[in-house]
Amino acid sequence: MEKPKIALYWCSSCGGCEESVLDLAEDILKIIELAEIVFWPVAIDTKYQDVEKMGDGEIAVSLINGSIRMDEQEYMAGLLRRKSRIVIAHGSCAHLGGVYGLANLYRSEDCLNRAYKEVPSVRNPKGILPKVKLREGEVELELSGFHKAVRSLNQVIEVDYYIPGCPPNPKYISEAVLSVLQNRLLPKGNVFSERRALCSTCSRIGTKPERAVIKEIKRLHVWDWDPEKCFLAQDMICLGPATRGGCMERCIKANMPCRGCYGPTENVIDQGGKFLSALASIIDTRDEEEIEKIANSLLDIVGLFYRYSLPTSLLGGGTK
Amino acid sequence: MQKKIIIDPITRLEGHGKIDIFLDGEGGVKKVYLQVPEFKGFEKFCEGRLVEEMPVITQKICGVCPTAHHIASSKALDDLFNVTPPVAAKRLRELMLNAFMFEDHLLHFYFLGGPDFLVGPDASDSERNIFGLINKVGIEIGKKVINIRKRVRGINTLISGSPLYPVCGLPGGVSRALTDGEIAEIRNTTKEAVEFAKFTLKIFNDLILKDKKYIDLINSDAYYHKTYYMGMVDENNRLNFYDGKIRVVDPDGREFTKFDARNYLKHLEERIEPWSYLKILYLKEVGWKGFVDGHDSGVYRVSPLARLNVSDGMTTPLARSEYERMYDFFSEKPVHKTLAYHWARLIEILYAAERMDELANDKDIMSKKIRNIPDQVPEEGIGVCEAPRGTLFHHYKTDEKGVVRKVNLLVATQNNAAAICMSVEKAAKGLIKNGNVSKAVLNMIEMAFRAYDPCFACATHSLQEKRSMTMNIFNEKVEVLKVIQ
Amino acid sequence: MNNFEPRLLGFLCNWCSYEGADLAGRSGREYPSNFLAIRVMCSGRIDPQLVIGAFKMGADGVLVLGCHQGECHYKEGNYQALKKLTLLRNMLGEFGIEKERLRFHWVSASEGDKFVEVVSQMVSDLKKLGPLL
Ligand code: SF4
Ligand code: SF4
Ligand code: SF4
Ligand code: FES
Repeated sequence: MEKPKIALYWCSSCGGCEESVLDLAEDILKIIELAEIVFWPVAIDTKYQDVEKMGDGEIAVSLINGSIRMDEQEYMAGLLRRKSRIVIAHGSCAHLGGVYGLANLYRSEDCLNRAYKEVPSVRNPKGILPKVKLREGEVELELSGFHKAVRSLNQVIEVDYYIPGCPPNPKYISEAVLSVLQNRLLPKGNVFSERRALCSTCSRIGTKPERAVIKEIKRLHVWDWDPEKCFLAQDMICLGPATRGGCMERCIKANMPCRGCYGPTENVIDQGGKFLSALASIIDTRDEEEIEKIANSLLDIVGLFYRYSLPTSLLGGGTK
Repeated sequence: MQKKIIIDPITRLEGHGKIDIFLDGEGGVKKVYLQVPEFKGFEKFCEGRLVEEMPVITQKICGVCPTAHHIASSKALDDLFNVTPPVAAKRLRELMLNAFMFEDHLLHFYFLGGPDFLVGPDASDSERNIFGLINKVGIEIGKKVINIRKRVRGINTLISGSPLYPVCGLPGGVSRALTDGEIAEIRNTTKEAVEFAKFTLKIFNDLILKDKKYIDLINSDAYYHKTYYMGMVDENNRLNFYDGKIRVVDPDGREFTKFDARNYLKHLEERIEPWSYLKILYLKEVGWKGFVDGHDSGVYRVSPLARLNVSDGMTTPLARSEYERMYDFFSEKPVHKTLAYHWARLIEILYAAERMDELANDKDIMSKKIRNIPDQVPEEGIGVCEAPRGTLFHHYKTDEKGVVRKVNLLVATQNNAAAICMSVEKAAKGLIKNGNVSKAVLNMIEMAFRAYDPCFACATHSLQEKRSMTMNIFNEKVEVLKVIQ
Repeated sequence: MNNFEPRLLGFLCNWCSYEGADLAGRSGREYPSNFLAIRVMCSGRIDPQLVIGAFKMGADGVLVLGCHQGECHYKEGNYQALKKLTLLRNMLGEFGIEKERLRFHWVSASEGDKFVEVVSQMVSDLKKLGPLL
């Protein structure tokens, strides 16, 4: 019998998600035993045209990482959707929009102008911007178009499953892929990771505040915190309560607070809104003015609460 | 008739990349374009962020060099808050950067660039990869490569939480000190890394430097460009990845300028080509004269060979003697031969290993004092370090609360962008005649840019069976004539 | 923008302000028809996602009314609401939603007049602000 086919693709991505696949180590052999990788631009040289030639639904499962910002990425996502029976959004960018989604706070023209016209190192007297179609003498060059906003994969195509993380824990990549290959299909929309919040497995949970304790919000550079104690108990922002577990508390182990890359917990849409509730409940005052003061000491709420999820949040949604 | 050859995708600087080669009516090469078809907008969306979060945000620019971005960003924060990290923190950061340099370079040699040589430039595709390489040098070595990389990545997991995405950088230090058990483990690894680096150089020596075929290739005119070079040096003009001044030498090897990162705007300038999202860097004082080499052109090169070309020597003993051997071998300095990048990269592997070992055994590294808390009002900061693929600059301006107002980033491959275009063009011109493009010829062209390791194809980080390249040949109507893999 | 009719959504606590609104109605006090009230069991129950969702779905303003200090039936609910909404107001500001579009007031069951005043004031302020784009 012919082996089922797997495809991997990257959209607007840093390459870190690709690395997370390589970190599968022995599990990759298990996968290769069960399936054939037919498309993976970074590792094997099947071309876009080869995918175009495949039959609809010919690919058993496609793993797509990266968010969608360019024409080419949208095209490839659509193509792989048609050719695949199952599509998995791989990593925070595909899952939630990811860190590049913060660009949705700005207009696309402003992004281009900043990089190509305004930064102090650039010399561009004619104000040239990269062009999508261009004639250079007799030569025609084409460059992928830049969209208005960053979108997550499910804002562009239908997605069956999700693997969270920036980058994801390899364990869940193999779990997701093997569940498809071994025909143990989970309900559509399943997120392959812990069900519970990060706090539930955090080594600092013992000191996590149960009542109001916060009198001010402290930033990373202002003091030397206790490396054993819950960050929230030390007046610092840690997204643990509103973030899905599964990363093995990567940042916490390095004595840094969580910034939420695994996205919201089960059944929550808006990670920032959720964290906001958690934080509000431990602010230790009833005085209107003091509340105001504490709230004002928290700067760049969007960059902290929605660092990886802005495009899929209620307000930061992307449009083409 | 005009043809177009596309090599796509080739890079993952900010994602993807491709090279377009246009042929003229006679089937000779007319022009080569290096396109980076992607843009993310970091310079804009970092505005408004809390500046102390930048080391974690900006490393997502590139999953190939995240550690280097993290370090450059942390250094920009030191500068911004005007705070000096304690010695232990500096050591830890430098150890992290060297560990990263080591494993990244090693990967390039064994998985990507190396197979061209070790297996042979004219070997078939299915052999010219890590598997072919293992066939030639033995499976045991393949296993050793994987093992040593894993252990060296483990050093960074201990220091920073993740082998890929460190999170420990803070203004004035790092977030976590090592334990006694951890440092002992690290010391074992660094010792082995030195041995493995020596061994790797021996392979290079025995299999390549003793083979006339390869020497001729390295020396061939198709891979030669007389350019300026740029890299970081310490106070004695010796190579350092983490800290020092930026030195530029001219095509004759004379010091052209040496500057503090803070003054980068005096020396470097970027230009926009409308056909790419990648901005091209050149030396401001020389000026942009097009994609040409020589004294009058501001085109310069960075990364391994450039770093050796700008330095007067190495601080570690084994790397020093290798360094001397290389310059004796070519009996010129600077070395302008693009393929010598491979040798230089190995010398850097050796240096990185020795330096890791020094740092791991440094008496100060175990101090629990790993942070100095800044007490100055932030305003502007510039940080620089060497990444495997060249010098990185991070430049931030903030308001008095430390909220980012302006960001500028010069990333590694931008420095080499012009030179990569030129190298591919020259190799293509030398090799493509009458529109005949054989696989071997395309591979030889590929070798011209692969020498730079232009942040492409993590392919390379893989168990790939083939290369990550696509080359399409187009006729004048841009219809596909031929697909070559 | 004189003919702009803003849509104002209210979350009213069942025990106090909802009663207050009722009282205003029963006593024949008029208040702008732009106001749409949703009854909740306590202002403390309001999830920020609800408020954000309201703006996303086209509300020009959101008004939350809860029991006076010390009078919340669940003790802490109204303080929790105050803390949440204060943070949320700052966050909405970062998204470009003016802070004036989200308000919190204490209104008891007997304060029909205050209810009318608060709603009318907010509707007139929203008219000045114009629609939320
Ligand atoms: S999710 Fe993170 S690791 Fe994956 S592509 Fe996006 S930025 Fe890179
Ligand atoms: S808030 Fe952060 S530090 Fe505290 S228990 Fe949760 S994850 Fe751990
Ligand atoms: S601790 Fe938080 S930010 Fe860090 S890896 Fe885990 S989920 Fe992501
Ligand atoms: S019961 Fe009215 S606000 Fe809590």
